[in-house]
This record gives sequence, C-alpha cells and structure tokens, in this order.
Amino acid sequence: MSTIRIDTDILIIGGGAAGCFAAVEVHKKSPNCRVVVMEKSQIERSGCLAMGLNAINAYLHSGQTPESYVAYVEREFEGVIRKDLVYTIAQGLNVAVKDVEEMGLPVEKNEDGTYKKRGKRSIRIFGERLKPILAEAVTKTRTQVLNRVVATNFIYNGERICGAFGYGIRDGKFYVVRAKAVIVATGGASGIYRPNNPGEARHLMWYCPWNVGTGYAMGIRAGAEMTSFENRFIALRVKDVHAPTGTIAVGVHSKQINARGEDYLELYYKHLGGNKCLTQHRLLATVEETKAGRGPCYLDTTTLNEADERRLKEDFLSMNPQIILLWASEGMDPRRKPVEIQGTEPFVVGGHCQSGYWIDKERRTTLKGLYAAGEVAGGAPKKYVSGSWVEARIAAMTALEEIKGVSLEDVDGGLVQNEKTRILTPLTKKAGISPLEVRERLQKIMDEYAGGISMNYALHEERLLEARRLLKCLKGRLKDIAAVNNYNLVEALECIDRVDVARVLVEHLIHRKETRWACYQTRLDYPKKEDSRWLTFVNSVYSAETDEIKMIERPV
Amino acid sequence: MSIFIDENICNGCKGLPEARCERICPGDLCYRKENTKAAIRDQSACWTCACCVKECPVQAIELRLPFQACSNGASLKAKLKRDKTIWTVWDAGGHQEEFIIQARCLKGD
Repeated sequence: MSTIRIDTDILIIGGGAAGCFAAVEVHKKSPNCRVVVMEKSQIERSGCLAMGLNAINAYLHSGQTPESYVAYVEREFEGVIRKDLVYTIAQGLNVAVKDVEEMGLPVEKNEDGTYKKRGKRSIRIFGERLKPILAEAVTKTRTQVLNRVVATNFIYNGERICGAFGYGIRDGKFYVVRAKAVIVATGGASGIYRPNNPGEARHLMWYCPWNVGTGYAMGIRAGAEMTSFENRFIALRVKDVHAPTGTIAVGVHSKQINARGEDYLELYYKHLGGNKCLTQHRLLATVEETKAGRGPCYLDTTTLNEADERRLKEDFLSMNPQIILLWASEGMDPRRKPVEIQGTEPFVVGGHCQSGYWIDKERRTTLKGLYAAGEVAGGAPKKYVSGSWVEARIAAMTALEEIKGVSLEDVDGGLVQNEKTRILTPLTKKAGISPLEVRERLQKIMDEYAGGISMNYALHEERLLEARRLLKCLKGRLKDIAAVNNYNLVEALECIDRVDVARVLVEHLIHRKETRWACYQTRLDYPKKEDSRWLTFVNSVYSAETDEIKMIERPV
Repeated sequence: MSIFIDENICNGCKGLPEARCERICPGDLCYRKENTKAAIRDQSACWTCACCVKECPVQAIELRLPFQACSNGASLKAKLKRDKTIWTVWDAGGHQEEFIIQARCLKGD
C-alpha cells in the first residue's frame, strides 16, 4: 500500500456541519493558514445533514438570553451540564445562523426581515441543500478537502497530537497527515445497538448509519478523557421511517395521543409536566403507554387543515423524504390517520445529548494539540447544528492561536508501520469473521445486556457486568475480522471503532449508580435520582497499554 | 428495495471519472457496472437519504422504501434547479403529486 504524506497547519477530521464551518472560520481569520479536511464520505452530502434539515432548534429569539438558554438546557438535563460550554454556545448561536444564511440558506422570515418564530428556540429553514451550501463555502477557501479518506487514528507521540492517519477508500492508499493542530469534528455513534428495523431495512434509521463513532474511538485509543457516554440519546420518532416528530409537534402543533385517542401526557403524566414535560419524558411516557397496553402512540395529525398538511409534507421533503413515501404507500394523508411514533435504538451523540470529549471553554481536549467541536464534543447537549457551528468557530480560533510557534513533528516510522498493519490486517485474512457478524454480535450484546429496545432501555448491574464480559471477548475476536475488498475493509474498521465506543459506554453505564435521565439512563437497581451523590460528571480514560478504562468523577 | 435505478434511463454519466451517484453517496454504495450503468452494492445498507436521487441529472433513480416498511409501493423522484427542488411522488395507485420547494437563496435575492 503506498503512502501519501501531507503537511498542513490545521487538520479538521470530519467535514460535517462543524468541520465545514471550522474550515471557513479559519480562512476568514487567517487566509494563509493551511487547512486540510479529512472526510470519510463527500462533504457535499455527508453525515447527519445529508438529507437536509427543516429547522434550526437552537436560536435565541428576541427577549431570550444566553442565561435563559443555559437554564433551559440545565432543566432538560437534570442539572448535569457544562454551563460554561452551553453559555459560550448560546452567545454565538444567532451570529452563526446569520453567517450560514449569508452562504445561501433560506430562512423563513417575518415581514420586517426578522426570523419567524417556529418554536420557543426554533426557526424554520428550507435546508434541503444545507450541506451543499456549507461545502460550497469551503470550496471558496484554500482548504484541501480529502473526500473518501477515513481517519483511522491520531498521530500521537505521547506528548501531543501531531496529525492523523487515514485510509483512502477509493485509492486504497494510506494517508499520513501531519498538522500543528487537529480539530476532531466527526459524528457520534450509530449501530452500537440493535436497530428498530432489522435485515433489509437495517439502515432505515434516524441517525446517519455511517457515523460510527470513529472520532470517539480515536480519542479513546489515544487516552483522551471522555465524558457522559452514559447520557445516551434515544429519539422519539415516526415509526419505521424515523422522521422527526418536532416537524409535526412544533411545526403544526399536533398532540401526542395513545391508542384510545387520549391526550396521554396530560392524562397520565401530569406529574412530569403533562404537555409541557421534558423531551426525555415524552419518550418515557410513550414507552410506558405501550407497557400499559395503551399503545401504539401517535401524533394526532387528523386536526390539520389542508394548508398545514401541505406545509408538513414540504418540510419533510427537505429533511426526511421517507415519510412522504410511507404516506403515499398507504394511500393516506396525515389528515386521515394519525402518525405512529416510537423510540429509536440508543445512540451516542454530543449534539442532542452530551457524550464526547471532555473539553475546556476554548474547546481544547485533554490531549495537547487536539480540539473538539460539534457532535464529538461533550458536556453541551442540545447544541444541534447551530451550536456545532459555534463550537467549530471557538475551536478554530483556539487552534489558530495555539499553532503559533508550533512546528510539525517527525512521525516515527514504527508508528506508521504499526497503523498500516493494523488497518490492512482484515484484507490479509483468507477466512475469518465478517464485519456483518461482528456488527450483529455487538448489537445483540448491547440490546440485551446494556438497555436496548428489547429491554425498554432499562439497565441494571448484573446485565451490565455481563455486557462488559461479552464485549471484552468480542474485542479479543476482532483480530480475526476479515475483509474481501475496500468497502468491506471500511466496514471492518467501523466495527473495531464501534466496539471501542461500546466498551467505554458500558463502563459509564455501570459507574452511574442512580437514575439521572429517563430512558437515556434508567437503572432498575437504582431507580432514584440522587443529587447528594451524583450531581457529577462521569468521565473515563482508556489505557491502550493495560486495556483498562479508568473512571473519573468531575464536579458539575 | 431502497433505491431503484432505471437502466433504460441511466447513461452512467459517460465521460466522468465517477458516476454522479457514485461520487455523492454518503455510504459509498453506488458504483458503475461493467455495462457502464450505475448500481447499488447493498440495498440493506442504504439510508434512503435520496442524495443519489437528487444528484442524478436524468432522473434515473427512484427512492423507494424497503418492503418491510412499505409493502404497497410508492416512489419519489427529484429534479434540482439552482434555487429549488422539484419533487414528484407516486403513490401505490399511480397517483402523482408534485412539490416545488425553495432550497437556496441566490445572490441578489
């Protein structure tokens, strides 16, 4: 395998919302700075935003302040959030949205030119081409984009992160990119748990199936401190197609009803706040209704008028075209039949929840030379796309400041050879375990022992300890994973990354001995929230030498 | 089935180093067969994101849903204009509905 060597000032891993925005920000501030974006896919349509987006859910309308935003997120996440991080995000939201509007994103407006309020912290956009718009902004800079190059590990000399290794999916080449600073801006992790839809429809899921937690796994293997993996995210979505429920609930104000047509949040879950309850409780109530025999649950779209129905379809086409097919297939319209909803499998994400790198306010990770933004940056839930842009800006500014006086490090030849061998090994096996087999084994373990859909998301010690044991066995078998071609090799590498993420996740789930977040982290053996003991962050550091995960608690 | 590529319409993006669907698919699933027509390597790995559907300049690709999720059939096509996307959806009975949706602001708007 031939090697391509690239030197740059700033390497951005992942060309999604955060990665593209970071590249643009660096260029704006310092046009001569060399920037490389390493992207597994193609930045025009990669990651969470590939389908488009119909709303921006983190925006401060008139009268709202960064303080009120922080208070909202703190309430939603039961007091465990990094207020410093959320505050700095809130401060930058509106400017970031304006910047992207200027790149060409259409936003729904009032007659006076202000953004029309869609929900309390939300605006409506026509974002089917949000990703191409961001990518175009990147191409106007001097950024070198490496499409179809998947990052495999950081180049770490024990003192600082000095770049990253990558594998060229198309050219089959090995990439060694040296950089003075690295910004990790990849997606979160899907495919850890058994998905709602099996077999032929296994990728008909909410989260991008190619966001497999590589950015997390690279940090874990290098020994970066990670936070809040136990704060899993489970989305309440339209059954089967996983279209966002907010488009209906917020966009056209439909209510959640059970199979009896009852407004179940108000009727049975008033103690949680009824229709004004937290996001996690909407999910909890839906799971409980099903357990009580009052499911399926729905969003009541039968009260919509014709104009609302048309608007709903248009909004979905810009973000989740599958639901349009679902309706067309059944020859039905949302006005004729309410839309069934259910919880997805759990995901590890830092944009809706807060799993990710432990960072400081300037977005430095615990490894020198490495910065994090967006989905992989922990401690700041509900940042969504606009918050990811703000974090990208902060990380870019910090990286720019801190590369001054830094020179590129020589990369040890042994390190290069080891990584080459590691990623090529699956191709050298004539027979072995297939990536499909590993993925299904992992998803079965996680579903059954670490609170997947089949367990109604619930957790307890004995099962989690079994998950720990089984994952260790699975990790031991990964040396036998075999790949028959480049595409298959990427699948094999994805499996390895997912197992590393799953093992950290399980340690976090074992460690927090209380129930902090409904469904996301519900312990049957510790059913109460205990502020006196657990108003704290659960963090971890993995040691590649000992294969041990050390747990750390950090005060809120 | 997640996407259907009509080989009677697909021209394989002749002359380009990669077919457009191959270039754009976020999951690296599309490729060009020896007969120069585009194909998908694994329907079960498709996210049904419709990126290939939008990218195809001759509308050779239809978005469908896997049979387990949608047994009556329905399909969706898209045509991209500079500032808007035109969607056409066909339901199980062949009834057709069209949507024209704004997708970007052009300079000077």
